[in-house]
Amino acid sequence: MHNFDQIVQAASLAFAATDDPDTLEQIKASYLGKGGQITALLKGLAKIPADERKSVGAAINLAKNAVETALNERREAIRQMALSARLAEEALDVTLPGRGQTRGGLHPVTRTLERIEALFSSIGFDVADGPEIEADFQNFTALNTPADHPARSMHDTFYLQDESGGVAEGVLLRTHTSPIQVRYMQAHVARHAGARTMPEIRVIAPGRVYRVDSDATHSPMFHQVEGLWVGESVSFADLKGVIGDFLRRFFESDDLQVRFRPSFFPFTEPSAEIDMAFMSGALKGRWLEIAGCGMVHPNVLRHVGIDPERYIGFAFGMGPDRLTMLRYGVNDLRLFYDGDLRFLRQFV
Amino acid sequence: MKFSESWLRSFVDPACSGDEFSHLLTMAGLEVEEEEAVAPAFDKVVVAQILEVDKHPDADRLNVCRVDVGSGELLQIVCGAPNAAAGIKVPCALPGAELPGGFTIKLAKVRGVASSGMLCSARELGIADDAAGLLVLGADARVGEDVRRHLDLDDRLLTLKLTPNRSDCLSLEGVAREVAALTGTPARFTEVDDVEVTIASKRAVVLDAPEACPRYCGRVIAGVDATVTTPTWMSRRLERSGIRPISALVDITNYVMLELGQPLHAFDNARLQGAIHARMAQTAEVITLLNEQTLELQDDVLLIADEQRPLAMAGVMGGEESGISLATTEVFLESAFFAPTAIAGRARRYSFVSDASHRFERGVDFGGTRRALERASRLVLDICGGRAGPVSEAMAKLPERHEVRLRPARVARVLGVALSAGRIGELFARLDLSFRRDGDDFVVMAPSYRFDIEIEEDLIEELARLHGYENIPSSSPVALMAMLPQTEETRPLARLRQIIADCGYQEVVNFAFVEEAWERDFADNSKLIRLANPIASQLSVMRSTLIGGLVANLATNLKRRQARARFFETGRCFFRDERGEPVAGFRQPWTLTALAYGAAFPEQWGCVARNVDFFDVKGDLERLLAPRTASFEKAGHPALHPGRSARIVLDGRGIGFVGELHPQWQQKYELPLAPVLFEVDLDALVIAGLAHYAEVSRQPLVIRDMAIVVDQEVELQLLIDGMVASRPEIVREIKLFDLYAGRGVEAGKKSLAFRIMMQDTQKTLQEVEVDAAMQHLMTYLRETFAAQLRV
Repeated sequence: MHNFDQIVQAASLAFAATDDPDTLEQIKASYLGKGGQITALLKGLAKIPADERKSVGAAINLAKNAVETALNERREAIRQMALSARLAEEALDVTLPGRGQTRGGLHPVTRTLERIEALFSSIGFDVADGPEIEADFQNFTALNTPADHPARSMHDTFYLQDESGGVAEGVLLRTHTSPIQVRYMQAHVARHAGARTMPEIRVIAPGRVYRVDSDATHSPMFHQVEGLWVGESVSFADLKGVIGDFLRRFFESDDLQVRFRPSFFPFTEPSAEIDMAFMSGALKGRWLEIAGCGMVHPNVLRHVGIDPERYIGFAFGMGPDRLTMLRYGVNDLRLFYDGDLRFLRQFV
Repeated sequence: MKFSESWLRSFVDPACSGDEFSHLLTMAGLEVEEEEAVAPAFDKVVVAQILEVDKHPDADRLNVCRVDVGSGELLQIVCGAPNAAAGIKVPCALPGAELPGGFTIKLAKVRGVASSGMLCSARELGIADDAAGLLVLGADARVGEDVRRHLDLDDRLLTLKLTPNRSDCLSLEGVAREVAALTGTPARFTEVDDVEVTIASKRAVVLDAPEACPRYCGRVIAGVDATVTTPTWMSRRLERSGIRPISALVDITNYVMLELGQPLHAFDNARLQGAIHARMAQTAEVITLLNEQTLELQDDVLLIADEQRPLAMAGVMGGEESGISLATTEVFLESAFFAPTAIAGRARRYSFVSDASHRFERGVDFGGTRRALERASRLVLDICGGRAGPVSEAMAKLPERHEVRLRPARVARVLGVALSAGRIGELFARLDLSFRRDGDDFVVMAPSYRFDIEIEEDLIEELARLHGYENIPSSSPVALMAMLPQTEETRPLARLRQIIADCGYQEVVNFAFVEEAWERDFADNSKLIRLANPIASQLSVMRSTLIGGLVANLATNLKRRQARARFFETGRCFFRDERGEPVAGFRQPWTLTALAYGAAFPEQWGCVARNVDFFDVKGDLERLLAPRTASFEKAGHPALHPGRSARIVLDGRGIGFVGELHPQWQQKYELPLAPVLFEVDLDALVIAGLAHYAEVSRQPLVIRDMAIVVDQEVELQLLIDGMVASRPEIVREIKLFDLYAGRGVEAGKKSLAFRIMMQDTQKTLQEVEVDAAMQHLMTYLRETFAAQLRV
């Protein structure tokens, strides 16, 4: 009967012949537009006898749907082609490096100081700071080291000139961070004056310190971290516990030994040097001096107005430069103060 | 304190040896700083006597010696040493001997002559550097004796790093006493009897400063021979203690000082006039010491003087004029106790120390003054001969030893471990600390040689030391839990460091003392804080800016072929300031300084190469300041380019500077490009403030642009500040988005384009309101800055 397959076939071929979406729409118009072939067929239905009209109409509609389907398929295909072309065109060499700035980094000793602060913060230690041009009183006298005490010769102290060129009285560059503990205790005592019980003092004080000493293993400026815990029941055994715990956490290793060896500092008694040895690695078995420590001397507590009968505590002073060297395998202290980017960039 | 182990073991000889012995001392607080063998390992080297020396038939420089090694059979040995001579005794390495360095002696033929052994120099035995000839042994050496035994070479040298509180261990007897206490091995000390007094010569002794010198003993010994050779046993012990033998009399005083810890002095009695006085110096009194140093003294220096003149700086060093010489025939021997406070610091004031001052300022046993004098007298008489006069002794009030109370409960509280009363008593007994019990307490009396036992803690330390620090347990402390404050309005320094590091800057740490020129160049500082004792002239002035250090870091890194650099440092700067706190006279603010140099971006394919400029660094600074915004004012700074620098103002306060390094410093410090830097007061950076929510408007935002033309000189900050101050309420934000000068803009003028954001909180803005607001801003700009709308 009426067969419109030819039209459908011709339309499909015409659609397939173009890759261009505009052309495709024009071709579409020639079938489905106002003057298009399918449209013309539909218009011609009125002339068809009534008894045939239904079946012819159905056949035209079938053909129309088939053309529309072919059109949509082609549209989709062209869209896909265009997208593929765009994707191919836009492809990058993804192996080229990224654009922009590099990051800087922290000084290795700063990293160590931040780790020390974090570890001690985790057991409730405050962090304190103090002046680097320090009063003789806080640096020595309040720490039970009066003028002419032989222990002063343990520290080769930098002194300052006064404005007329003589040696300035009563001031110096601090030789250790211990004066911060004096200042901190003084402030703590003042803050809690009148309270029935003074809250515990738990503080560390990192900072730069100065001694007249310069060779391969000594720098005239270096770092120290002072630590102090004063309360009603703090013992030498606790000091051993805290330091041992710290060193194992700092080095993230249980593979080390710690020993306390009797020593002398005017501001602690009993006093100890803390030595540490790794049980493996390049430094295996070698005892390395890490810190000095001890129970706070009663005279020091008295100097700041704390009753040594009631309160007792420990203090330590450790060398973060040394800890940094051990942690990162740095073999020359002078690298820390040389500003060499080739060295520093390794700690970004 | 250096000494030979064999000397120590003559007093106390515990079973432990070598490393174990050193460990024992170290763990008791007498740190063994160094230990070395007197001689390296070797064997089969004996004392030999050369009997005949003949020339080698085929070699000019060699001799053929016939040598007695005590075996009953003479050996023939070829030897090249120039001092080989018949009669002398020398070390001989027998066939089979192993010398230091793995050198084995074999029977050999040297140029056709059989040689069965080797005669040795000191160097070949590894005991000295002398390789000039054979080591000549004493005539009394027994032929055939092992040389190691003869020279006492199986000995070690120990150096103790003693802490200042342990003056009692500055002698062999003192260390022996300590070893006895640690090991329980009994010590045997030198028996000292009074020498026989055979002449009447004596000198009166007067204590003019009895607090400084409360005990003085002296005696004349006449008829001594100062030229005799010091016996080998004595000179060997001195040498092994690091003291060079000088002459018999000097060696004897040094020997007794090492043995007993009492410094002694020998005067030439013929050069003394009348009585001996221990008195304070007069101001500006002059003395020339044995080290040829001439000092002008202050009146707190204790002197030993006769009736005419000062003889010695007491307890420090003798005077040159009264000293002994090889011609001395009469000595006046001094053994005295000088109070530590009278000696402390005096030698150091004149930049020297002596073995005597080192001991006296730490404390010398005032109970042993006379014993040391008798000991020295005995040695003088035995070695130099002579006849001793009676001892002149003057005594005033000696230091008192107080009873110190020890509460066992306090021991447990301090150490964290309880010691039984029995254990405490045992430890005290080992330390020769006499005590009585008072209830639970121990009441302890320290001996005269201990200057470090005055309070309970001193005793606790002694108990801990002897009990062993390693025997005190480690415990986890118990504490009340309380949270630490965490402020949010301030930022920790660590956070600031991280921000600037993330902007590409590498942290450095520079010395706080710098070159004076830096302070002048970069800070124009005329109130310098100089060090009184700098280690070097380029490290002599405290810095008031961190700029110098960063410029120097840059220069050294450029030399190391780093073309691009970004540094920062945080540290204190130092200023003289009357109102400074907490140390009066000095202000010491924390400062952050950053410097950028070279390419704006690391060398890369992806962006146009250009050098870092003012606005790059200003941008980094603004990131550091965020959330706060500072304003910037053109201002001069000695380190910076006058046209490319600004003062940073926050809350109306100058907090620092940003700018390009001044071209004159760029040139002086040999920098191919100008670095850009900023320096800010850290206190100002730390404050960030707390965020406060403001309601977000739901009304539509209206955005209009406005381009104007103004004179080049007009600063943007003024324009923006002015517009913000005079803006209608609906204007939310004004941003500069374009800056242009050049073609199309009149010379001397610049075009600025602003984006104006407008919004009402309650209603949609009407066109007419927006136009009015724009008109308002334009009118303001025209009237204030003669701005014209750009068309």
